[in-house]
Amino acid sequence: MNLFYHIGRYFILLGRAFLKPEKFSIYWKRTIFEMSNLGLGSLGIASIIAFFMGAVIVIQTASNIDSAWIPDYTIGFTARQSIILEFSPTILALILAGKIGSSVASEIGTMRVTEQIDALEIMGVNSASYLITPKIIAAVVINPMLVIISMFLSLTGGWLAGVMNGSVSTYTYIHGIQYDFDSFSIVYALIKTMFFAFAMTSIPAYHGYYTSGGALEVGKSSTKGVVYSSVCILILNYILTQLMLS
Amino acid sequence: MYTNIELYINTVNVELIELQNISKSFGEIEVLKSISASFYPGKTNLIIGASGSGKTTLTKCIVGLTEPSNGNVLFSGEDFHTMKFKQKKTVRKEIGFLFQGSALFDSMTVEENITFTLSMFSNMTKEEQLDRANFCLQRTNLENVNRLYPAELSGGMKKRVAISRAIAMNPKYLFCDEPNSGLDPQTSAVIDNLIKEITEEYQMTTLVITHDMNSVIEIGDNIIFIYNGEKWWEGGRDEILKTDNQEVVDFVYASKFMKALRK
Repeated sequence: MNLFYHIGRYFILLGRAFLKPEKFSIYWKRTIFEMSNLGLGSLGIASIIAFFMGAVIVIQTASNIDSAWIPDYTIGFTARQSIILEFSPTILALILAGKIGSSVASEIGTMRVTEQIDALEIMGVNSASYLITPKIIAAVVINPMLVIISMFLSLTGGWLAGVMNGSVSTYTYIHGIQYDFDSFSIVYALIKTMFFAFAMTSIPAYHGYYTSGGALEVGKSSTKGVVYSSVCILILNYILTQLMLS
Repeated sequence: MYTNIELYINTVNVELIELQNISKSFGEIEVLKSISASFYPGKTNLIIGASGSGKTTLTKCIVGLTEPSNGNVLFSGEDFHTMKFKQKKTVRKEIGFLFQGSALFDSMTVEENITFTLSMFSNMTKEEQLDRANFCLQRTNLENVNRLYPAELSGGMKKRVAISRAIAMNPKYLFCDEPNSGLDPQTSAVIDNLIKEITEEYQMTTLVITHDMNSVIEIGDNIIFIYNGEKWWEGGRDEILKTDNQEVVDFVYASKFMKALRK
């Protein structure tokens, strides 16, 4: 019953968040700010993780297909498939759920316990819309860009690692990543990313918004936000994969 | 046949707040018990009582942050809790609220805090908004703080910025939740006098929640004493010092200083 209570309250909050904004120009500015805050702020960590994860994928693939029957371009092919289909959209989403989720939940939670949200409400501002909607829109717009960058950096990291340890040549690697390429896999990854971005901002925002107490509760809300959004991302990943690829 | 309050509303165009039998329960616990009261403009109305007596809950019921279990809150004769969403928003734009902890927006400068509602709800140009912010800051005796963030201000300065923010939209109603908690006596007196001055100057209906006896004596035009969730006593600042109501006497003369003053 508790689960249904939270699900119901979550959707009611989203309903309030997507009401018509008081002043479009202010919401637009906030959305741009959040794009910079959530997107650019995550670019560094996303790039580092993507680059090294791509390198590791190529090294592990190369070491596991050490057979004369399997062509060398399989390394590039496997790296591409795992990076585009799963690593960049899903693993990156789980990592960003930790960074963005905790930031969103703690920011809104702190505003709740210091009565800043009450202040917004008394002023006549729809606090749910003002605080949550720009974050959701910003993440849904900016995260696909982060994923594209991470795909490129992962493939670059894989290429460098493969060439440097001598397991694959540049030509073979590029042949592998071009082999049997279906552009729908990029569309699939980006659609998943948008769903994940929605979950990783709205769920922590919900937990932050309904925080009550003090600093300890803000910390708990932040943890809950990250845990539940991560679980939701995994469930969404399964559902979307089933719907789009099977 | 008009009641006194109806006569007041009909004869003078005033921004009156009227409470009719406000009750609030949290589960089995009854926090407010059928409180009725009227708060008039141009006067500093005080709600006093011990910690946990229900003062803040009552205020939250009045401004709509909490829904009362029973009763009505009338703003200029209109019941706030039965209003539609848009009507409530209109009333809320006429409310200035000074929170106990100031509740300034951490991510905004002082100037941005004050111009926030202006940019959200008025058609003022940026220059006009800044002029208004400077006027409100001058009115609360603050200078050269426009670019500072709340974290860079002292407690007293935060309260004054919060008052500036509260009066930026020229509100008809001003609510102050323990405006001088955590402040030294001198700053408390400054804040109290400021609230009284702006109340009289702009003829606002001001409601101050406090348990500070200095505030009661300094600015209490109309005082309501809440005891265990009930309205126990009502009167002016002169009357409260002379009352023989035991609970009020115990509250007012709790400190040695007040006891000495009484003698």
